[in-house]
This record gives sequence, C-alpha cells and structure tokens, in this order.
Amino acid sequence: MTIKVLHPGLSTTVQDLGRPGYFHLGIPVGGAMDRLALRAANLLVGNDEGAACLEAVFIGPQLEFTAPTRIAVTGAEMPIKLDGVEQPGWTALEVKAGQVLSFDYLKSGARIIIAVAGGIDVPLALGSRSTYPIGALGGFKGRPIAAGDELPVGAAASGKAGVSVPEALRRKPGHPAELRVLPGLYWHRILPESQASFFADQWKVAPEADRMGYRFRGGQALKFVAREQPFGAGSDPSNIVDSCYPYGSIQVPGGKEPIILHRDAVSGGGYFMVGTVISADMDLIGQLQPNMPTRFVEIDMDGALAARADRKALLQKIRAALA
Amino acid sequence: MTTRYSFGGDEHLFVECDEAMSLDAFFKSLSMTNAIRDAGIKGVTEICPANASFQIKFDPDLIKPNDILKEVQGIESAAAKTEPVIRTRIIEIPVFYQDPWTYETLMRFRERHQDPTATDLEYAARVNGLADVDAFIKAHSDSPWFVSMVGFVAGLPFMYQMVERQKQLEVPKYLRPRTDTPKLTIGHGGCFSCIYSVRGAGGYQMFGITPMPIFDPEQSISYLRDFMVFFRPGDIVKFKPIKQDEYDHALGEVASGRFAPLMRDVTFDFRDFQKDMTGYNAKLEGALA
Repeated sequence: MTIKVLHPGLSTTVQDLGRPGYFHLGIPVGGAMDRLALRAANLLVGNDEGAACLEAVFIGPQLEFTAPTRIAVTGAEMPIKLDGVEQPGWTALEVKAGQVLSFDYLKSGARIIIAVAGGIDVPLALGSRSTYPIGALGGFKGRPIAAGDELPVGAAASGKAGVSVPEALRRKPGHPAELRVLPGLYWHRILPESQASFFADQWKVAPEADRMGYRFRGGQALKFVAREQPFGAGSDPSNIVDSCYPYGSIQVPGGKEPIILHRDAVSGGGYFMVGTVISADMDLIGQLQPNMPTRFVEIDMDGALAARADRKALLQKIRAALA
Repeated sequence: MTTRYSFGGDEHLFVECDEAMSLDAFFKSLSMTNAIRDAGIKGVTEICPANASFQIKFDPDLIKPNDILKEVQGIESAAAKTEPVIRTRIIEIPVFYQDPWTYETLMRFRERHQDPTATDLEYAARVNGLADVDAFIKAHSDSPWFVSMVGFVAGLPFMYQMVERQKQLEVPKYLRPRTDTPKLTIGHGGCFSCIYSVRGAGGYQMFGITPMPIFDPEQSISYLRDFMVFFRPGDIVKFKPIKQDEYDHALGEVASGRFAPLMRDVTFDFRDFQKDMTGYNAKLEGALA
C-alpha cells in the first residue's frame, strides 16, 4: 500500500532512530527529534520500535491511505482527524482504504510522529531511512515530503486498534521547560558571574529552531575570561580552533545566543561550547515551540546517568503497557 | 601542548590536544584516535577526529564515563611514543579561481563582508600582504594542504596549509555568515581552507570552485560508488589552478563518468617534513607528476 500526500504540512520528513557512525564525516545521526514518541508510536501499531515514521513540525500533513491499515500519532498535542472526525492521540487507530488523515492547529509541543503499521518503506541510506535534507540523503528522495508524493509502506505485523499509551507515560516539557545541562567543554572560557547567570536567567526559544539546532534568547550575554586567542582560533573571544560538536552541546557565538545542536547537527565548527544537554532531555527539545520560556538546570554526571536510567524505565513502562 | 579532557554530556568524551592549531597537535590527535580505535574499547560507538582535538561517542550503559576517561588517558602516553608516520593519499584538486558563480554569490552578500568594495580574493591578498590576487592564488596553490578534519556538513574537508606558520594564509571569516554558498566552493576562514561539499550557508571567504564532486548521496559518480564521501582525515591536497575551458571540460568528464581524480598513495613522515618543508613537499608532489 501507499500513502498519498495531499498536503505536506510545514516540513514533514521520514525519520527513524537515525544513522549512527558517520558523524566523523560530517553526516549526523538524524532520526526523530522526540525518540520516545517515535518508539511509542511504533509500538502502538505493532512495528519494531525503530521503524520509519513521519515527523511533522508545527503543522500536520494531509494524507490519504490507499488500503486499510492502523496508524498512531504521538508527540505534540495536535487534534487528529480521520475524514474530519476527531481521534485520540497516542492511540492505535483503524484506518479504512481511502480515508484522509488531517490535523487541526497545534495546541502544545512542536512535533508529531505519525506511525503506520509496516513503517514507511523508503530505501535504507547508510543503515537508516531518516531524511538528511542538507545532504539530500535518505528519507523520501532526500527531502521533506511534497504534495503528490506516494509514500511506500512495508508489510504490517498484527496488532489491534484502540490500545493507547497511558497519559502518565507521555513525556512533555514543563512550563517553563527545564533542560538539564552538564557544564564542560569550554565552560572555563566564561567568567564565574556568567556561569551563574547562564543557569539563573530565563531564556526563550528563538524563531531559529530546527532539526539542526535550537537557538535561545533573553538571557544575559556571557562574559569571557580574557586571553590572547590561540593560533587558528579566530579573533572573537567565542572562537576556538574548529573542533567536534557533541549532540546536545550548547555553543554561544559572540557570547550572546545559546544554540543547542540537535539530531541534524553540524559535526564541528569554531564556536566555544558551555556544556551539553544530557541525553535524557534531548527528546524534550524537539517539543519546544518558539518563544517557549526555558531554564537550563545544572546537573552533574551522576545526575545525568540517573536521569538516563529514569528515561529507560519510562520506556519499559510504555513497552509493558502495550505488550 | 597540554591535553584537556571534558565530558560532552553523558555520551561524549571531548579531548583537546592543544588550544592552538598546529600540525603537532593534529598528529597527536591522529595518533591518539588511531590507538583508541586499535584498543577496541567496549562501549565506544564513534571516534571523531578534529583539527587539534577529537571526540569519542560512547554508550554509558556499556561503559562508565570515568572508566572510558581512564582508558583514554592511559592511551595518551603510549600514543605519544608512536612514530608520526602515516600511509595516506595526495590528491590534485583542480580549482577555477575567480569563477563567475562564487563571484555572483559574494556580490550578493557584500554587506556581510569586512570590505564591501573588494572581492574576497582581493581582500585576502591585501590582509596577507600580497601584491595582488594572482600572488594570492599562487600562494594558495603552490604548497600542499593537510586534511585535518572532515565534517561540519557531509564530507566537507578542513585543510591546513603545509608551510611554516609565518607563511600560512590567514583570512577572517565573513562578519555575518552567508545564507548561500555554491556547491564545491573553495573557502577559507582563519588558517583553514575548505571545500563546501553541498550548497548552503557558510562564513568562509570564497576563492573559486572545483568541478570535482566530493560528496554524492546517490553514489553515481564513478569514484564515489564505494562510498559517498571522498575525503578522509590525513589526506594531502594540492590545488591546481584551471581556466574556464578546463573547468567546463572536467564537468563534462564528471557527467560522463570518465573523470578520475589524480591521486597517489604516499607515506608521510612528520619528522622529515619538519626538517625541510619545501623539499619534503616537492617530493610529495612528485608523486603526482
């Protein structure tokens, strides 16, 4: 079967759990911004947790299904409609041949994941079906979907409609959103007063926020420890000799607006970084809208590992609830 | 050179071999990343070498962060004793300097440049104390360059000039990054040259364009069929200035599958290179003759 794209939404891409292993060549891992939402959506329709889904940001697509199937929509809160009739989120939904899936305006969060039984069956590129548009790699023809596209769907396993992920197991950012950060990398480049203000200030998501990185505004500019710039680093105090950038690392060009690199990150560059958002909180970033108030919360490595364990436990609970 | 270790969250170990760029720092990074790869440390999922630093991605469910830190620190002293010799390739990259496409682009973004009245090449010649654009192109294409990092975006090589530090070409990046750069532009920022593998944003000065694709997700280009990314850290690049007719001809050869990059396997010994850079480079370039 195929899915006909009647309207693509704002930017809807095929994503799975990504293609690790090529960051050393500048090809990022990619994959769903909110991975827990992707795993949950796949579990709901009886797929492998890492099957390819559609990720839509801010505005949902309009899709027509050419054969009966099951779907699930997780992630952001965006009213779901089948032939105009509202349907629950985080729930396995029965779809009849010819039915049209559409969405109302986004209520909260930023990205929905649409899973279909059998998964979106585009060819693997470097081991993944995720779309990396800058490199025209993976996904549907290396780009976001467009009106008129017909997306191939794989063979479905069995499953039943009606099951849903309990409300308590759906993870959403708070208000303000809190992102836990392990200070490090070039943290020593800023003055103690700036180390304090970075965590004390309330920031908000800037309009420049996408799969590559999220920019923040509203906090005080960071002040640098004076030094003579090392050879090859560039003249601005926020410059370093171009280095690798970890996923989740927070660079602050000119000391002004922090940028958190996400799944489609550039792999390196010449801006210093103050630290890194812990792995457990990366999914939350994918659900932040522009203007969302955000706090950075300092955490140490033990805290980061405990949070990682909590997140794994949450996934186990979702698996158990849907088993 | 002092090695500095820091964690990038719970999944990355960041290792800075030196704050400043030098070939010494690059070789230290390269020998450490090679040793770490050879050590086969459990839980290491990816090793990313950069210019004077590197990053290791690990799975903290398989190895505790402090354990991987100890393993890598243990490798540092052993790596320092390894011979700075690598088996690598020297590759000739044809460059159409002062081409119409980068010219059109740089004119569009003039208000983001330090000197809106000059071209990027004119500005680069002036800030390096060279007489004119031709002298700059000669300085850029006369000596080879080391690929010290591959990344930023897919397959983009950062290249470090293989000359004494005082001879190195240095040009600041644009004041504000452009939103567009033609694919296969030869760029330069700070002490690094690069080749933009794909069209997109960029802040490096633009000097010219090469007809030779270096990234091909379709894997239809003859020499990119085995793998879609051309460059590897440690590659040595020699730029060859070409004119428009040669550029057009090369494009045709690429399209018809006949273009084969001129490249040779070479051994590079960092100690011999340091003793006589000019003589050693001449010998390296001899492999391309």
